[in-house]
Amino acid sequence: MEQSYIQITIDGREIMAKEGQSIVEAARDHGVVIPTLCDFKSLPPAGTCRVCMVQIGGRIVPGCTTPVSFGMVILNDTDDLRNLRKGLIEMLFVEGNHMCPTCEKSGNCELQNLAYQYGMLVPRFPFLFPHRKIESHLPHLLIEHNRCIQCLRCVRGVKAKDGHEIFGFIQRGINIRVTIDSTDPDALTEETAQKAMDICPVGALIKKKTGFKLPIGKRRYDVNGNG
Amino acid sequence: MARKITIDPVTRVEGHGKVTIQLDDQDRVIQTRLHIVEFRGFERFVQGRPYWEAPVLVQRLCGICPVSHHLCASKAMDVIVGVDSDQLTPTADKVRRLMHYGQVFQSHVLHFFYLASPDLLLGVDSDPVKRNIFGVMNTFPELAKRAVLMRKFGQEVIRLTAGKKIHGTGSIPGGVNKHLTVLEGNELLHGTSEFNVDLMIEWAQEGLDLFKSYHQKNRDFIDHFADFPSHYMSMVRKDGALDLYHGVLRMVDSNGDKLIDQVNYQDYADYFSEEVRSWTYMKFPFLKSKGKEHGWYRVGPLARLNTCDFIPTPIAQKEFEQYQAYTQGKPHGMSMHMHWARLIEVVHAAECMKELLSDPDLYEGELVRTGLRRAEGVGVIEAPRGTLFHHYQVNEQDLITMCNLIVSTTSNNEAMNRAVGWVADTQVSGRREIPEGVLNQVEVAIRAYDPCLSCATHAIGQMPLEISLYNSSHELLDRVVKN
Ligand code: SF4
Repeated sequence: MEQSYIQITIDGREIMAKEGQSIVEAARDHGVVIPTLCDFKSLPPAGTCRVCMVQIGGRIVPGCTTPVSFGMVILNDTDDLRNLRKGLIEMLFVEGNHMCPTCEKSGNCELQNLAYQYGMLVPRFPFLFPHRKIESHLPHLLIEHNRCIQCLRCVRGVKAKDGHEIFGFIQRGINIRVTIDSTDPDALTEETAQKAMDICPVGALIKKKTGFKLPIGKRRYDVNGNG
Repeated sequence: MARKITIDPVTRVEGHGKVTIQLDDQDRVIQTRLHIVEFRGFERFVQGRPYWEAPVLVQRLCGICPVSHHLCASKAMDVIVGVDSDQLTPTADKVRRLMHYGQVFQSHVLHFFYLASPDLLLGVDSDPVKRNIFGVMNTFPELAKRAVLMRKFGQEVIRLTAGKKIHGTGSIPGGVNKHLTVLEGNELLHGTSEFNVDLMIEWAQEGLDLFKSYHQKNRDFIDHFADFPSHYMSMVRKDGALDLYHGVLRMVDSNGDKLIDQVNYQDYADYFSEEVRSWTYMKFPFLKSKGKEHGWYRVGPLARLNTCDFIPTPIAQKEFEQYQAYTQGKPHGMSMHMHWARLIEVVHAAECMKELLSDPDLYEGELVRTGLRRAEGVGVIEAPRGTLFHHYQVNEQDLITMCNLIVSTTSNNEAMNRAVGWVADTQVSGRREIPEGVLNQVEVAIRAYDPCLSCATHAIGQMPLEISLYNSSHELLDRVVKN
């Protein structure tokens, strides 16, 4: 079937987007940066992190779950949106316990990179300092709950060989946390652990025993601050 | 607009202390205590963290010598991942050594030129407003410029090996995460006319000459100020050479006779214990076989040159021979000789850097090795201020369950108390007030040990140096404070 295109406008720039694409996808195709955290390559969108909020008319909507429509006029790079996104990033920081100086994902962390990009110094909200655990009983993977931002990337993107999900969520609201399928612990091979670490935007999933192998200077955001 | 910068001398110790002097009925000094009132708690909050984080986490103890903690924790974690630190790959060993000698070089330069030289060059009793690095800059601009460039050199070495000047990540359990590039090596070896390793060796020698000429003119002060006997402990290479990165433990007494030698530091707990005293957060380590009372010892440059048999680099060895001849081969007990020993180490560190930078292993080769996982590991390194111990236990889930740190300043705790006691004995005994100049002398005595009080205490909050004098009924007679 032939792909049909529709015209949209982002910050005054006219773009031909593919029909069925999300705003984030269309922007990305044309080199327009809309920040994302829960969005990952070809995974279906989840809309959990909200940092991709854009403005359409009077409404603020998530760019990753909103499909483009004909003639859509989108605002992306405005002071209000920047402030809103910065606030969301700050909330993610205060909700968990993010100690960048000693986190091995530092320099590769998408949350840290966004905080730098949005000029976050001190969050405007009080730190919650929640009591969260480190789960380390698995041979190849360490789950650092203090750093999880509940983006669902691991749930959507890391599957066992037979296709079943390895990660899931338990509990609700502020207590929600990521967990793994305890009925099939062998599914978490060394290779899957590496994949999980790579897919996680922060340092919540850490492949064991390999910490800090990547030297400063070679990390993703050492090379390119926009990833 | 002109700006006036006043630096109080007490600020030239990393952290703050408080001194109390106790007199008896005849107004003789019977007790002097240096109280360290800061608290840090790293040993506690490293618990529960994965073992590979320790080298990066624990170095946050200090912004002055983080590399020492970074490397010491790595050495302990080498053991945990099943590789003894002398079984690392040649590349890993040499990159770490270069990092360490860069660190020792910059830290010693910082201490001597920035912190100690104002006392020596401008006079211990000179105006405190001018007795600081800015005063040195005005009076000896060329020297101050060199000090800045020397420090920069050491920091550059750290950056290239650890990834960052402060708090890098270069050393990891079982090895390192990077080589140097040949280009980087060449920058350090040949760089510019003001920035190359040969110049660093030359300037280091000139710094040492500066001290020696001061010594000649002020023998009384340098040879007698806070001079007292003690035991001395350090790590030495198996053949007795000075080695700041790896070796075995040796302790000598005030005659130079060995109390312990060839001790594998994994067994340090069999030999050493630590006493907690209620009036300070800093612990008092001692050699078990000599007991609490007599088992205390000094660490650091003075101790290292008292314990080692020789220095394995030519220029520093020549200087060491002169140093040894000065006391007919007996250990130096003079606190102010700490500066002398430190400056010989600066020369040695510069020579080591040159040797390492010329070694091809630095530029290629295997980076990491691992073996059979172990549950417990001890790392020891000769940090700029002295022997540093890191001891960890790690559970089968890879989390740290126990951490004990014995930092250099802790080992020098008793010695600093004695040095302060020496000042009190000579200056305060027989008086009911604290005479002029005592505050300065106490500072000079403490500073000789280059103490990093915050790191030694495990420090939140700050305190100025304060000296209080009590009579035999514990009534306060006098108090002097420097804020
Ligand atoms: S573990 Fe990582 S990938 Fe999974 S939900 Fe948490 S932050 Fe996202």
